[in-house]
Amino acid sequence: MIDLKSISKIYGQKKVVNDVSVSIAKGKVTSFIGPNGAGKSTLLSMVTRLLDQDSGDVLLEGENILQAPSDKLAKKIAILKQSNNLDLKITVRELISFGRFPYSRGRLTQKDHEIIDEAISYMELEQFEERYIDELSGGQRQRVYIAMTIAQDTEYIFLDEPLNNLDMKHSVQIMQILRRLVRERNKTIIIVIHDINFASCYSDNIVAMKDGEVVISGSKDDVIRKEILEDIYEMDINIECIYGQQICVYFDEHQDASVDDFIEDQAQVQIRA
Amino acid sequence: MLDRKNNRLLLILTAITLLIGGFYILYQLNFNILYYQLPSRLNRVATMLIVGTAIAVSTVIFQTITKNRILTPSIMGLDSVYLFIQTLIVFIVGTQSSLLTNGFINYVISMLALVAFTVLVFRYLFKLTGSHVFLLLLIGIILGTFFSSLSSFMQMLINPDDFLILQSSMFASFNAINESLIWITGTIVLLLLIIVLRDFHSLDVIALGRDHAINLGINYDRKVSQLLLIIAVLVSVSTALVGPIMFLGLLVVNLAHQIFKTFKHRYLLIGSTLISMITLLIGQMLTQYVFKQAIEISVIINLVGGVYFIILMLKESRR
Repeated sequence: MIDLKSISKIYGQKKVVNDVSVSIAKGKVTSFIGPNGAGKSTLLSMVTRLLDQDSGDVLLEGENILQAPSDKLAKKIAILKQSNNLDLKITVRELISFGRFPYSRGRLTQKDHEIIDEAISYMELEQFEERYIDELSGGQRQRVYIAMTIAQDTEYIFLDEPLNNLDMKHSVQIMQILRRLVRERNKTIIIVIHDINFASCYSDNIVAMKDGEVVISGSKDDVIRKEILEDIYEMDINIECIYGQQICVYFDEHQDASVDDFIEDQAQVQIRA
Repeated sequence: MLDRKNNRLLLILTAITLLIGGFYILYQLNFNILYYQLPSRLNRVATMLIVGTAIAVSTVIFQTITKNRILTPSIMGLDSVYLFIQTLIVFIVGTQSSLLTNGFINYVISMLALVAFTVLVFRYLFKLTGSHVFLLLLIGIILGTFFSSLSSFMQMLINPDDFLILQSSMFASFNAINESLIWITGTIVLLLLIIVLRDFHSLDVIALGRDHAINLGINYDRKVSQLLLIIAVLVSVSTALVGPIMFLGLLVVNLAHQIFKTFKHRYLLIGSTLISMITLLIGQMLTQYVFKQAIEISVIINLVGGVYFIILMLKESRR
């Protein structure tokens, strides 16, 4: 369990994160949602010690993470940030091997190699193993980084927009793998995600943020509600239940007349056909 | 697979280094003046080994920290400070002073000043700038320009004869190096090298960038400030020993990247050290036997390095 106790971050005059207190349950997928600039990524960076907070504490199972030695912490929590461009001559397997650094300090054992193999097959990267990462597409590279995080084998995994650069198929694949990690290995997964339907379909808990503050934090069913989402995103959102999943249908009802005409025309054409 | 190839390349480079080194020591050895010639050549080779190692290692680490392959530690302004010190000595006490003519005293003064500058600027500013390496380097550039402007101002004022003497310290030279200085510098470089090599795996992790390094358990800010200090001391001692020769670093580290095609510091550190040895030996032989001491070795290295630098930039811009 991770407890955030009144965390704040101030840049100049602006409070990017303002007095946030949230608990993150163990063994669940927790999603952070909210519009751009809500402070989700900043919060994630502070929880994972990449960024110092101006006030407040982060408690990892009761222990303040800033007091824990960094190398021990690397066996407990893993963080993957959104922009990952490396200008290094490094192969997929070598990069994934870095996930084992907290355990072996660069001298890989037989067990490390087994875990690396496992992470590679988990992310279905066998065919790319010996390729250099600058030869891969953005989506493939993203999967390599996630594999590295899996190889790190931590109880807590933080992912900042893991679906960036991914098409639908691979987005679904990643989310299913995250669920599998929770189910099979009892991992705790915390993601920042923009697509609220992915958040709705694959998370246990959701934390919604706006303007640096937590609007609501609770189970998926508590958060995926019309009034709440409309308030956060300041637009019209309808929630439909499709195949037992709550799906948000979002489009602005007060639209440009010419756009409305266009949509109507399209509908006419379809009816005629 | 790749590692085996790189290991073989390291062996080949070692063999070439030994061959050229041996050739340099034995070439046209005159047995009548053996007692003079041999120690003098051995001293030069030892100096090249020390300086080559210091420059190569400091440049590799520096480029890893800054994630930039066309920077060298000279951007920290140490060369300018060195020249400033030399100019200041000539300006205030003149060319006859033992501060300039006595190699040992000059070395100690230069080294102390450089290390003091580094510790003051980099230790202190690193905290002040909130561990932003690039902000720090920007300050380094400004200070470097400041000191070189001061130097050229003083150089305008001193008389031309003094300037000629001063000019000899503006270029690196491997001739007539005091033996005890070789021992002192060698010890310092060796100690720092041991510190670096004991933990070279974490250099690989630092190359991934700050976020990944912290995620993998590196105490990034402390480690980087420690490495910057090591770099600064390496550059300081080698500059105090032979003079400014930072272009060498750019040349050899990029050659090492091209030859080894890896991110692993085991290969980059050792490889670039060997390449810098080879470059220095060839450069020294050219100055000694082809140009008959008419030009200094750093002129040759700057020329080759400069051409390589331009090629590198053209290639990078085409990507």
